[in-house]
Amino acid sequence: MNAAAPLHARRQELLAGARDTFPLLLGAFPFGMIYGAVAATSGLTPAAVMAMSAFVFAGASQFIAVGLFAAQTPVAIIVLTTFVVNLRHMLYSATLLPHLSHLPQRWRIPLAFWLTDETFAVTVHRYGRPDPAGTRHWYQLGSSLAMYLNWQLWCLVGLLMGSRIPDASGWGLDVAMPITFIGMILPFVKSAPMAVCVLTAGAAALATVGLPYKLGILIAAFAGIGAGMAAEKFSRARAQALRP
Amino acid sequence: MTATEILMIAGMMAVTFGIRYALFALAGRIRMAPWIEDALKFIPPAVLTSITLPAVLLPRGAWDVSWSNPYLVAALVATAAGAWTRNLLATIAIGLAAFFLFRLLVPGVTF
Repeated sequence: MNAAAPLHARRQELLAGARDTFPLLLGAFPFGMIYGAVAATSGLTPAAVMAMSAFVFAGASQFIAVGLFAAQTPVAIIVLTTFVVNLRHMLYSATLLPHLSHLPQRWRIPLAFWLTDETFAVTVHRYGRPDPAGTRHWYQLGSSLAMYLNWQLWCLVGLLMGSRIPDASGWGLDVAMPITFIGMILPFVKSAPMAVCVLTAGAAALATVGLPYKLGILIAAFAGIGAGMAAEKFSRARAQALRP
Repeated sequence: MTATEILMIAGMMAVTFGIRYALFALAGRIRMAPWIEDALKFIPPAVLTSITLPAVLLPRGAWDVSWSNPYLVAALVATAAGAWTRNLLATIAIGLAAFFLFRLLVPGVTF
């Protein structure tokens, strides 16, 4: 069906996806640098630092894995922690599923490989808008490629700098992740149930912060989702009761 | 690359891609219950908040709720900037600028 879509429509979507991702590239730049800098002093070989960015491509889990590797954690524990930290991506793929189910596997495989918090947050808004030419997946591809190339570049810069400037890991560049995420959260918080969801998830995350393997992230996410759904049910029931 | 590194990266890649692809692989063959579709819209803010808040309030793994915590100050500035401008680029740029200005101007903040 997309073969029929004119070339310019596909190119337009591709470029729009990359353009709308630009603010998140700014946020990923310090985070990629700090990953490269920390990894450079973690005992990993430079080839492994870049291979992880190229093949795993999941910033938060890469950052955690490098810390665990430096602490001589067994590989099985590092892989298990990666699994738990990245399980959130399955929630993202569940959200995108209805929009991608018509695509062939040659589209689904690369879009899955490149699925990040950032590309998801940008793309999910695009999937909420009309798509007369049936080319929305090109938008996601544009966002994905922009994130991927940007990540490789800044990881490399961080790696090169980190081995030359010994205290680069103390600059606090890791602040970029929470700042970027705040920017991504805000557009979602438009209703009372959403506010309940965010506040509950935040409180639950703080309450479970001592759990191993970052398990608290998932528990808190489910607490927030449940609270949001309950709040929505309550507000719907009240709207119905108020109806004459 | 050492054998341990290859094993670690291959394992991380397998679980990460597996998580991202599992549902896409099955798409078209599974149908979602209506209540799950209702839940989907809460996923992004819930997940992102559960990562963000601990990163800001426990920036080095220990609680730090004070005005000398640059992560917290930058997060508050970014939130205010985002609520006011409703612009993603402005939110991130102002938040990052606040962090580094704070570290530059407020002496005695060590890491």
